[in-house]
Amino acid sequence: MMKFLMAGALGSVAAVALVTAAAAQDSTSIGVQGLQTEPMELVIDDQKMMTRVAAPAGSPLSEVISGWEFRNPGTRKMELDDFDNPAFIWVDQGEALWSTVDGTEGKSCETCHDDASESMKGVRAAFPKWSEAKGKAQALEHQVNECRTERMGAEAWKWESDQMLGMTGYVGLQSRGMPVQVQTDGPMQDWWQRGKDLYYTRIGQLDMSCANCHEDHYGEMIRADRLSQGQINGFPTYRLKWQKVGSVHRRFKGCMENIRAVAYKRGSDEFTALELYVASRGQGLSVETPSVRQ
Amino acid sequence: MASAKPRVKVPKTAAKDEVITIKTLISHKMESGQRKDKDGNIIPQQIINKFSADFNGTRVFEVDLEPAISANPYFEFSMKVPESGKITFTWVDDDGSTYTEEKSIEVTG
Amino acid sequence: MTFTRREALGLGAGAAVFLATGLRLDPAAAAAEDTMKMVMEFAGGQEPAAGKITLSTPEIAENGNTVPISISVDSAMTADDYVESVIILAEGNPNPGVATFKFSPMSGVAEASTRMRLAKTQKVIAVAKMNSGAVFMDAKEVKVTIGGCGG
Repeated sequence: MMKFLMAGALGSVAAVALVTAAAAQDSTSIGVQGLQTEPMELVIDDQKMMTRVAAPAGSPLSEVISGWEFRNPGTRKMELDDFDNPAFIWVDQGEALWSTVDGTEGKSCETCHDDASESMKGVRAAFPKWSEAKGKAQALEHQVNECRTERMGAEAWKWESDQMLGMTGYVGLQSRGMPVQVQTDGPMQDWWQRGKDLYYTRIGQLDMSCANCHEDHYGEMIRADRLSQGQINGFPTYRLKWQKVGSVHRRFKGCMENIRAVAYKRGSDEFTALELYVASRGQGLSVETPSVRQ
Repeated sequence: MASAKPRVKVPKTAAKDEVITIKTLISHKMESGQRKDKDGNIIPQQIINKFSADFNGTRVFEVDLEPAISANPYFEFSMKVPESGKITFTWVDDDGSTYTEEKSIEVTG
Repeated sequence: MTFTRREALGLGAGAAVFLATGLRLDPAAAAAEDTMKMVMEFAGGQEPAAGKITLSTPEIAENGNTVPISISVDSAMTADDYVESVIILAEGNPNPGVATFKFSPMSGVAEASTRMRLAKTQKVIAVAKMNSGAVFMDAKEVKVTIGGCGG
């Protein structure tokens, strides 16, 4: 109780509301009840996406479900067509940047990686990845900047810049439809464990962990929002609220700030470890990059 | 996005007098003029205020936009195709800039 | 609390008071009146009839920043009988005007879709004006939600 007294008025109200879970729903019945009045499949460009897969052995989830399944029909429809999907404004920019020479070495991504639809196939599905050279786990954004600064002699792009979002969106698109498959053993074991610890640790004024919402209450309403499992198979995503494309770390940061915690920085070890862990929870889901979410 | 980028989706061919569906999108913040910056000053309005589609020089469809149109304005509309020709799309920004895109369509059969 | 969408559409001091104290300032009546004035102006003074035009909106908008809407008017769209224009108004927005679609006989069908911003739960109105001067109207209530986790 002391924690509630210490938290701000809004904080305690929110915490109580979550505990009582006003519009509680069976979290395994997505697609059947409530707002899911228009069941549909996610088929983009004749390719069917796996949005619900069996949870692997040892997973705390009973079923692994993409964030797409939790959204209203209008939001879900926007992802069905690459023209309707506003994220492609950024993807188009990424595609243009792919063949744009930049930096002292006179190279573009294309110079080394040739046709992205071949060379980048499967790349995003496996990130975050272990970097032997750096001795740490890296997110896709880290990798892009490594190539830019160390091989192209170009300046690093800011994490949330239109160029970086465009490039990660474009590269991510080349994995669309492929199952998320990240390495969690070997050198990644420690990073995965660190991410897991972060996922389950209560933080902030509201004293909540990622798991409190995304594992304990997915499918239920948090005020007027339907909680998802917090999967990241569609990032970078076009969020209706942002009216632009945003990165995984931006979303993590926002969630932390909503719990009234001081958020880690984009590109930090903490967020990279968390991204690895969260990705592993979505193992088997199709990469949907670039997705549309609320 | 530094400058607005238009995208349009038009079928390449149509039967004579077929009614086709056209989709258009342009990247633009559509600054509503209602938001305030960190110091409390109103961020001035800057939106795309007009969109039009012309076929072989004839105005077919037009939209007057207000700030209540979402960022990255999207329009889906129809057009009857009487003959082969060119469709010209124009967006006008509050700051006076205009953006255009052109697509050709061929009447077959 | 950060009500980003509300800030974006600038509901201002009145709304802030309402949110903080729960007191209703009831601008609803004034807004409805302003909107009807705009409808009558567009309609050239005559009261729009029901029918012919269908406004499609989601029942619940997942985010007020981007709400997909579409209109469809039952018309042959010939040179003699066509839809001249359709106006969209949002009764509860700071400014009710949303867009005016202008058609021509070459449109083939009087249908259009777009995405709009809604500041809060409200009535969205669509009015069609035919080349003959006849005017028709449709309205739909859209619930606009405030999510629990903004991010």
